[in-house]
Amino acid sequence: MGTIKNISRRGFVKVVGLASGGLILACNTSIFSDKEKAPENLIDFNPNLFIQLNSDGTLILIASRSEMGNGVRTSLTSVIADEMEADWNKVIVKQATGDTKYGDQNTDGSRSVHYLYETMRQMGAIAKAMLISAAAQTWNVTENECSAEHHFIVHTSGKKIAFGNLVEKAKTLEIPTNFKLKNPKNFKFIGKNLKSVDVKEYNNGSAIFGLDKRIPNMKFVAIQRCPVTFGTVKSFDKTATLKIAGVIDVIEIPRVEKPFGALGGVAVIASNTWAAFKGKDALKVEWNYGDNKGYDSEKYMNQLTSNVHKNGKVGKESGNINRAFKNATKIVESTFQLPHLAHAPMEVPNAVAWVQGDTCEVWAPTQDPQTARKEVVDFLETTEDKVIINVTFLGGGFGRKSKPDYIVEAVAVSKAINAPVQVVWTREDDIKHGYYHTVSAQFMKASLDNNGNVTGWLHRFALPSIVSTFSPGVDYAAGFEISSASGVPFEIDNLKVEVGQAPAHVRIGWLRSVINIPHGFSINVFADELAHAARKDPLEFRLQLIGNDRIEDTQDEIKYNTARLKNVLKIAAKNAEWGKQLPEGHAYGLAVHYSFYSYVASVVEVSVINNKVRVHNVFTAIDCGTVVNRNTVKAQMEGSAIFGMSLAFYGKITAKNGAIEQSNYHDYKMVRMNEAPKVYVEIVESTERPTGVGEPGVPVIAPAIINAIFKATGKRYYNLPLADFGLV
Amino acid sequence: MITLRINGEKYKIDVAPEMPLLWAIRDIIGLTGTKYGCGIGVCGSCKVLIDNAPVQSCMIPVSFAEGKNVITIEGVSENLQLLQQSWSDLNVPQCGFCQPGQLIAATALLDKNNNPTEAEIDEAMLGNICRCGTYQRIKNAINRTVELKNQN
Ligand code: FES
Ligand code: FES
Repeated sequence: MGTIKNISRRGFVKVVGLASGGLILACNTSIFSDKEKAPENLIDFNPNLFIQLNSDGTLILIASRSEMGNGVRTSLTSVIADEMEADWNKVIVKQATGDTKYGDQNTDGSRSVHYLYETMRQMGAIAKAMLISAAAQTWNVTENECSAEHHFIVHTSGKKIAFGNLVEKAKTLEIPTNFKLKNPKNFKFIGKNLKSVDVKEYNNGSAIFGLDKRIPNMKFVAIQRCPVTFGTVKSFDKTATLKIAGVIDVIEIPRVEKPFGALGGVAVIASNTWAAFKGKDALKVEWNYGDNKGYDSEKYMNQLTSNVHKNGKVGKESGNINRAFKNATKIVESTFQLPHLAHAPMEVPNAVAWVQGDTCEVWAPTQDPQTARKEVVDFLETTEDKVIINVTFLGGGFGRKSKPDYIVEAVAVSKAINAPVQVVWTREDDIKHGYYHTVSAQFMKASLDNNGNVTGWLHRFALPSIVSTFSPGVDYAAGFEISSASGVPFEIDNLKVEVGQAPAHVRIGWLRSVINIPHGFSINVFADELAHAARKDPLEFRLQLIGNDRIEDTQDEIKYNTARLKNVLKIAAKNAEWGKQLPEGHAYGLAVHYSFYSYVASVVEVSVINNKVRVHNVFTAIDCGTVVNRNTVKAQMEGSAIFGMSLAFYGKITAKNGAIEQSNYHDYKMVRMNEAPKVYVEIVESTERPTGVGEPGVPVIAPAIINAIFKATGKRYYNLPLADFGLV
Repeated sequence: MITLRINGEKYKIDVAPEMPLLWAIRDIIGLTGTKYGCGIGVCGSCKVLIDNAPVQSCMIPVSFAEGKNVITIEGVSENLQLLQQSWSDLNVPQCGFCQPGQLIAATALLDKNNNPTEAEIDEAMLGNICRCGTYQRIKNAINRTVELKNQN
C-alpha cells in the first residue's frame, strides 16, 4: 500500500519545472516515510511532492520553507489549498527536511512567497484537476460538468463526492499537462486573513523549537569559544569543570575554516544544560587570539569616517557632480555613523545531532536546511543521502539561522563522543560570537539651486562587506551592497556613489533587511535635511525628489516603479493626516524605501519631552504586490516597527581588544511593551507578483524617528543608537 | 531528592538544590514549554507561576519551589485558558518562542487585577521581551480577555 503507480512524475517535472522557473521536482519515491503514510485503513494520493490526500479527507501539505514567525507554513500551504478548493480545517502542515527535491529552501531575502507562489498554485491546480477527472470517470460525465467546492467535487446535477472518496481513482490517473489556475476573484484564502496553522501549539507550549528537541541518551553541550573572532585554543584546564555534578567530559573541537564552519573551542558535555553552562564558566582556557585582537570599535569608526571623507572607488556616476557642486546655491553635507548589530533571536542558536558511522541526523532551527546538509556532508566526508536535516520551529531567525555554524558544532561533538548531543549557545555566546550586521560610516553631500531643487548628490560609504565572510580579505562593499545607494529613486541629474575601504574583523552576516538599514537611514535622513535646507515640507519635497512616474532601469526581472513608491508615501501620510496639529512636543517624521521588490513608507509620531523620546504612533503603508495572507503582512509590519525601533534606540555592538563588549539583553537592549507604539498598517491592493514582506518594513523606521525628532526639536541626529545621546 | 508540584502533578527529582528551576523543569522533568532566553532574569521567556506569582524560573533555585504550587504554560488556570483563546483569536504569536512567558505574565496580571489600565498592563508585561515585536497584539489580547470576562 502507499506506493504510487501510474503517475508520470516525469510529465509532472516537465510541466511544473518549466513553468516555475527552475524548481526541481525530480522524485521517484514518496516524500513520506512509512510511518507517515496514511494509517493502515486509509489510502493516500500523492500527486506531487507537496500534497498528500488521504482517503479520510485529511490533506497533508508540505511547507518547504522555515517557520520563524514569517507565517510561511500558513501562507505557502494556503495557496495550494485555495487552488484545490480544500477545506482549511482538513489541512495538516508538515515540514520538509532539507532536500534539493523541494527546490531552493533558503528562507531569507524575503522571497519565499515571491518565488513559490506560482508553483504552489500549480501544485494545487494539478491535484484539483485530477480529482475532477476521477469524479467525472466515476459518474461517467465530462469534466466540464464538474467543479471543486470545499473538499468535494460537485456535478452540475447537484450530486457530490468527497475528495477523500476519490483518492483510489485519482491515484490511477496520469498527471495532467493541461490545468487551469483559478480566477483570482474567486480566491478563498489568498488575500484574506488566515490564522497561523501553528497558533495553538505556540500558545500551549507544545510547539517544538530546536531547543525543545529531546532524543534518548542525548547529552547537553556548551562551548567556550575564543573572545576574539577566529582565535584558537592554546591550552585549557578542565579540572574545575569536571568537578561539577552533571559534567561528563570536556573536549576540544577544532575550528572549521569555512564561512559556516564551527568557530572551534572547548566543549563541555553534560547531563543537563545547566551543568554544561556552569562547566563552561569554570573552564580555564588560554587562547591564541590571532589577527583580530586589535579590533577596537572606537578606533575603527574613526578609520571608516576618515575613509569616507576622502575619495573612494566609484560605484556609480551619472552627470557631472563637480560641476553641480560648483554651480550650487547651497551645499549640504553630513556624516552618518552606525554600529554593528546582533540578531539576538529569542531562541539562541542550538542544534541536536546524532552521528552514527557515516550517517547523521540533525534537528535544528535552521533557515536553510540544504546549506546545513551540505556543511554536514563536507564535515563528515559522507554523501547527501546519509544526512537528514529536520527543521524544527525557529524561535526567530532574522538571518542568524541561515548560517549553520552551530549545526556543524553539534555534529563535530556528536561524532567525537559517539552519542546524540544538543549544543546550546548561551545568550552571551549569541551576542559575542555572531555574524554581525555591518558597521558603517557614510558621507552625503548635495547641491541645491536657488529654487531649492537638488542638482547633485554624492553618497560615499565604507562598511565591511558580507563577502568578507566568504572571501577573507575582501575590504570593499560588493555590488549588492552598492545597489541600494546607486539605485536611489531620485530624479537628480548629477549623481555619484563611492565606496571606501573597510576591512572586516568579525564575521559579517546579513540581518533582517541587510544593507537597506544603513542606506535607508542615510538617504531618508539626508533627504529630510535637504527639504529643510530648501525650506519645503518634507512630504512635498520628497515626492518632488522622486519625480515623475517611471520604471527605473534596473537589472532585475522585477522593475522599480516610482509611482508605487510615491503611492505608499502618500497613503502613509494620508493615514497619519500629515500636516495636522499635534500636541506640544510631538512631531511627525517620514521615510520611504524600496527593498526586496516591495515599497514601504512610514510616518512616525514621536514626542521629545525632557529630552526623552517616545514613539507614539507608526503609520505604515506597504505595496508588496499580491497579498497571500493579510494577517501575516500586517504582523510583519508591526514587528518591523519594533525591530526598527530597537535598533534606533539601543542597537549597538562594539569590540574592544577584539572581543565583543555586550553580552545579554541587559546591555544589548530591546524595545519593550511600555515603549511600543500603536502601528497602523495599510496594504496596497495589487495584482502584481507577490514580493518581500519580512524585511522591507524595517529600514524606514529609524530614519523616520530621526526626522520626527528634528521636527520636534530642531536637532538632527546622524548616529545611532539614540541611547548614546541619553534620549531613551 | 526534591519534590516539586507542577501543574498539579508531583515530581521527585534528584538534582542539586541550587539548580535553577528552569533547567529542572526543562531538562529533568521534560516540560519544554518554559523557555530559556537570557538566563539572567531580563527577558521573561522562562516565567512560571509559583503560588500565583510570576517568577523568572532561571533566577530561582529549584529548592525554592519545593512545597509550592508551580504552574507552567502546559498547566491549567481559568485566566490562562481565556488568554490563550484571545491570543489565538487575535493571532498574537509570530515565532511563538516568547509567548509562553508572555501568557504566564498576563495570567498573573489578570489573577490579581480584573480590569487593568494600560499602564498596569505595561508594568506587568515590562519584563517580557518579544524580539518579533508582537506587543500591540499582546496588549489587545489582554484587553479583549478582560472585556469578554466582564461581559459574562
Ligand atoms: S531566561 Fe529567565 S528571564 Fe530570560
Ligand atoms: S513571537 Fe517571536 S519573540 Fe515573541
